[in-house]
Amino acid sequence: MLEYTIRRITATIPVLFGIIFVIFSVLYLIPGDPALTIAGPRASEATVERIRTEMGLNQPFCKRFFTYVKNIASGNFGNSVLTGRPVLNSLCEKLPYTLKLACIAMFISILLGILMGIISAITRGKALDRLCTILSVTGISIPVFLSGLVFLYIFAVKLRWFPASASSLTMVKNPLLPFILPAFTLGIRSAAFLARIVRSSMIEVLNQDYIRTARAKGLNPWRILFRHALFNALIPVITVIGLDLSSYLNGSVIVETIFDLPGIGRFAMDAILQRDYPIIQGVVLIGAIIFIVVNLLMDLIYAWINPKIRDEMMGKSVA
Amino acid sequence: MKNKFFKNLTYTGWLCLIGIILVILIAIFAPLLAPNDPMATNPDRRWTSTKGFPLGCDNLGQCILSRIIYGARLSLLIGFASRFVSLLIGLIVGLTAGYFGGWLDWCLMRIVDMFLAFPSLLLSIAISMFMGSGLGTVIFAIAIVGWAEMARIIRSSALELRSSEYVVASKTLGASDFRIIMTHILPNCMPIITVIFTMGMATAVLSEASLSFLGLGVDPSLPTWGGMVATGKDFMITHPQLVIYPGLCIALLVIVFNVFGDELRDILDPSHKGNF
Repeated sequence: MLEYTIRRITATIPVLFGIIFVIFSVLYLIPGDPALTIAGPRASEATVERIRTEMGLNQPFCKRFFTYVKNIASGNFGNSVLTGRPVLNSLCEKLPYTLKLACIAMFISILLGILMGIISAITRGKALDRLCTILSVTGISIPVFLSGLVFLYIFAVKLRWFPASASSLTMVKNPLLPFILPAFTLGIRSAAFLARIVRSSMIEVLNQDYIRTARAKGLNPWRILFRHALFNALIPVITVIGLDLSSYLNGSVIVETIFDLPGIGRFAMDAILQRDYPIIQGVVLIGAIIFIVVNLLMDLIYAWINPKIRDEMMGKSVA
Repeated sequence: MKNKFFKNLTYTGWLCLIGIILVILIAIFAPLLAPNDPMATNPDRRWTSTKGFPLGCDNLGQCILSRIIYGARLSLLIGFASRFVSLLIGLIVGLTAGYFGGWLDWCLMRIVDMFLAFPSLLLSIAISMFMGSGLGTVIFAIAIVGWAEMARIIRSSALELRSSEYVVASKTLGASDFRIIMTHILPNCMPIITVIFTMGMATAVLSEASLSFLGLGVDPSLPTWGGMVATGKDFMITHPQLVIYPGLCIALLVIVFNVFGDELRDILDPSHKGNF
């Protein structure tokens, strides 16, 4: 296990550096002078030059990249071009909203997904299974912005169960309420995906010899299902949850725009529209780091739970 | 392979295949099928549904049905083109990594890992913002996030085929690497390539719709389904039809590609049967 962990982490480090390098070079290559943007069009040549030296823009590519990596390592993600605020401060302010959204969405996704997957697997080939399959295919295929708008229309505008916009006022009254609809929008999509995976993994487990033995012993079918089958069937779910997290970050861009949530997605979208490069850099970097770390953890948990996988990976040296 | 394919296709599979062909035909013959000019605006027609405008008109008095029909063109064109570019990059990287292995494989796969780690939609948005709107930009922005997944799958196929007997035999006979890849590895990867291409079409169509919805697709005045939903969302409370119709079109097209891809996988790659 230790060897696997070390190998897995060693493979992650170059990826992390690669990502930082790509993000840095993109910003380096984009036309336009940040110093000129900060100084404004009427600034004197001397002022622009001073800002350029202060920001280290005169230095060669390699040296600037080195400084950039050093800054990131010490938690300095640069400042917003427009407001001058440190990017990390803004990110820390916005991240809790998106995390809360992602947590509720994941809760909904796991609950609905596993439930639907189990029902599908038990009633395999019957009408209920078909219905679940149709529901999950539909859930995967409906674009987030459409389901979001439809939920908004039905539950916020027509039924008035939830606030239509999660502006700061409604936030104070009930801290959870504004998150329910957007989380549902995100969660349903991954629940549909999860249901498919739980279904096929559950069917595979139910065909195993030990389940047949348990049945032959005359154990209670519910006990077999929940004690013997479910835990093993849920192992592949671990990897899916890791992948889900990145889909939440993508989805949050759209969902937070629709539901007016002040999270990372909206923040990034605003920054892109205003061409505030350091913020975009920061958000993409944070998103990639979260993805890498979560998937690393999920892989390690997966290997820890299921030693067979670990040996397979080592044998093939997938790293 | 073709015979086996048509014999094993289920009713659902046929339905989806017909659906895909239908959408392609609608896209090709859009000028003949559309009852009105999709770009013609008329303030007198706003939100009306007079004769000759089956689904009514939008906020500018443009015929909704005609815009939906023309929208199929952009959705399919961008979907196919971006998938094709993804496939090209994925093939080169995947075959090289899988066939040659070693340090080259390790380096290429780390690049693939990198691209998989980027938040894909955010990357697409950033690219389309920086490159300016346009057809080429959108195709590139969607392709650049899609190739990594393809490369990974093609690589694992190539890795498996590399040690097969006929490849070893061919190598002993002195065939060049390029020849082995083109005549032995690539044709045997075709089934899995077909599957991932079809399933990826669903993702590409969704990405295009999302970009258009955010106003970062092709020229916003052109009829795209995502763009129509974006326009409609401002009028949703009074006129939900502008969100519902194009939205349903996107969902249906994506469902059809997803289900057909699933069917294809069951037939061409039976080892994954039942998985999604």
